[in-house]
Amino acid sequence: MIPRYQKILFAILLIASLAMGVLLWQLRERAHKRLVAGEASAPTKAPEVAPAEQATLVAANDADNSLVPQVHSLPLPADPGARARAVLGRLLDLYADPEATHPVPGGAASVAQVFLLPLSGKAKSHTPDALLAVVNLSGNFAAGHPSGLQTETLTLDSICATLRANLPRVVEVQFLVDGQQRATLAGHADLTRTYLTAEATPIEGTTP
Amino acid sequence: MHWSKSTPAVLFAVISIAVPAQQAPPAPAGRFVVVLDAAHGGDDAGGRLDSGQLEKAANLALSVRLRSLLGARGMQVVTTRESDTSVEMNKRAETANHAKAGVCLSLHSAESGSGVHLFASSLSPEPSTRFPAWKSAQAAWVTQSLAFAGVLNSALGHAGFKVTLGRTALPGVDSMTCPALAVEIGPQRGDDNKISAEPDDPDYQSRVAASLAAAILQWRTEARQP
Repeated sequence: MIPRYQKILFAILLIASLAMGVLLWQLRERAHKRLVAGEASAPTKAPEVAPAEQATLVAANDADNSLVPQVHSLPLPADPGARARAVLGRLLDLYADPEATHPVPGGAASVAQVFLLPLSGKAKSHTPDALLAVVNLSGNFAAGHPSGLQTETLTLDSICATLRANLPRVVEVQFLVDGQQRATLAGHADLTRTYLTAEATPIEGTTP
Repeated sequence: MHWSKSTPAVLFAVISIAVPAQQAPPAPAGRFVVVLDAAHGGDDAGGRLDSGQLEKAANLALSVRLRSLLGARGMQVVTTRESDTSVEMNKRAETANHAKAGVCLSLHSAESGSGVHLFASSLSPEPSTRFPAWKSAQAAWVTQSLAFAGVLNSALGHAGFKVTLGRTALPGVDSMTCPALAVEIGPQRGDDNKISAEPDDPDYQSRVAASLAAAILQWRTEARQP
């Protein structure tokens, strides 16, 4: 025989559970509608445009295997990660030009993110404020990149050299493709290793 | 995990990844062994050339041409593949290290750039050790590889080819314990930058192979001088 008070307690708990379930469902629906409405709505505030600054893009040239610094004026955000993405985006925009000295399709959208992580404590040879840049490239960029030792190496070296030119604290660079580690860029250049920006200095000649 | 705090683990790791070249059977005395590594193969087609041919086929054709020329000059040639088969990167390096190669060339073809691109490992030179790490075994040989690149550059330049030199991280080459280079044949271009010969053009490949063979012969001669 179940006591009466236990039956009442059970009924109350059951009703409370059902009520909470209904409430949760309604809250979920409301949040979903709010998200959908937010995506569809027009911006209510004009985007802030960063002031134009001088940036050095170290551009590759397939003809002589060189990396040549070029100074460009472009809007650069204050945040270092966004800044790195902006300069790399402009660099890849240069390569997207069919007449480029190092033609690679994709453009600025090929750099999904650049994460800057502190290196302090990991390598004693670096300065305390040294940074590791993790460059997340898009899968479309890797899929459309021309295959070849020279062209792939030049792309990676020019990215490293451009980061070094604009963010001197970046001493190491790692590459991801769509957020995942990948063996090579397009069949040749190794993407599993960590690149040192100091090794990717601009070169004009052909000396190894 | 901090490996540096675990000495037994470090010892085990070092021993387990040590270069197997130490266990390789010795090459016949006096023989100069050249290892030719036709890159890609099998499922790994590499790039596609403008002629429509796959890079793996062009690399193999160059390897066969170069093997014939080197054999005719009395050199022992070991190839990593003789047909359209998949060969793992580590296996390629193992082949070179077991053969105790005098030199090793990793052969590539590409549609970008022009002329012949020579690449040495981007590893920093390091003194030779008994148990080098597998992924950076080439570090002890980088200085010789760069010298070998100079010999190839000179020979190809004298033959009228445009040559570009560079450094790169290339799995396989980075694990080789011999003077090793990656040779990438790009299209031959005229002064107007128009392509005059594709990387898989038989005549173009034959001329490049002849220059490479002459350079390897010179390298062997210089290496044997006291």
